[in-house]
Amino acid sequence: MPTHDEIFLKVQTTLVDALGVDEEDVTTDATLFNELGAESIDMLDIVFRLERNFGIKIPRGELFPENISDPELVEKGKLTTKGLAEIQQRMPYADLTEFAADPEVDKLFDLYTVETLVQYVCSKLEAQSQS
Amino acid sequence: MRWIWIDKFLEFRSGQFARAIKNLTLAEEHLHDHLPGYPVMPASLIIEGLAQTGGILVGEAGGFTEKVVLAKIPRAEFFGVACAGDQLIYEVTLTDMRAEGAVVSAKAFLEGELLADVEIVFAHLDNTRSNQMFGPKNFVFTQQLLGVLDLAKAQERARLAETALENNGETSESTPVIE
Repeated sequence: MPTHDEIFLKVQTTLVDALGVDEEDVTTDATLFNELGAESIDMLDIVFRLERNFGIKIPRGELFPENISDPELVEKGKLTTKGLAEIQQRMPYADLTEFAADPEVDKLFDLYTVETLVQYVCSKLEAQSQS
Repeated sequence: MRWIWIDKFLEFRSGQFARAIKNLTLAEEHLHDHLPGYPVMPASLIIEGLAQTGGILVGEAGGFTEKVVLAKIPRAEFFGVACAGDQLIYEVTLTDMRAEGAVVSAKAFLEGELLADVEIVFAHLDNTRSNQMFGPKNFVFTQQLLGVLDLAKAQERARLAETALENNGETSESTPVIE
């Protein structure tokens, strides 16, 4: 099992290749969409690269949740209690403490920092080594 | 003008690899504007040819059930130019494929030398949403574009039949290049 730093360095390379950003900009707390300029289509590219670089399988919608427009999950642009629980279940690797206080759907993408990806990869590699 | 930027498939291995030809000629209008007095194939159209080669490779791998669209070009490097009279060879390898899309490694060669090295990401349009927007017809894989692959398959069948005839009806041992 690689260390946190080793995983970070590979995630950093992944994002440099996928987004064409400078290595020094890919810090642990940098947000993917706001600060590193990722767009929706980059998600697919990032998923491909993470799978290749780490030898993991990322099921559709696991890293970047889909179908969150359900009225039961979203009301007036904010996640409902059920929606928040759903996101917490889908993204156990993300820290939702701050987001939960004001769960605007538009801010969901702000949850994706470089560290979020590192934590996600850690959880996948751990699960892989246990199986 | 037809938006077809490959002339012929030389090799097509389903779900793996495709090789296509693009001949450049002064009959092509754009070469007179790019550049005046120095007809050079625009890099963007070389990428389009590579994307068409790769798009058909990806589409065929999924039985042409998906609408495959060019989503992103993470990297494109060019090492020279191609002029009128040149013949480009496009080689595309399917690197990864999943339900949402695919990624290919695409290279263009001129006289055996690497001219362009490009990475292309394709997305499968969400069937439900794209049907609402564009209807069920597959506007990506038109009959005109697929005709390039159909022609290559027909030529391959003719070649194999001719070889069998030369071998007095015995099955040819040569490996088919269009699968």
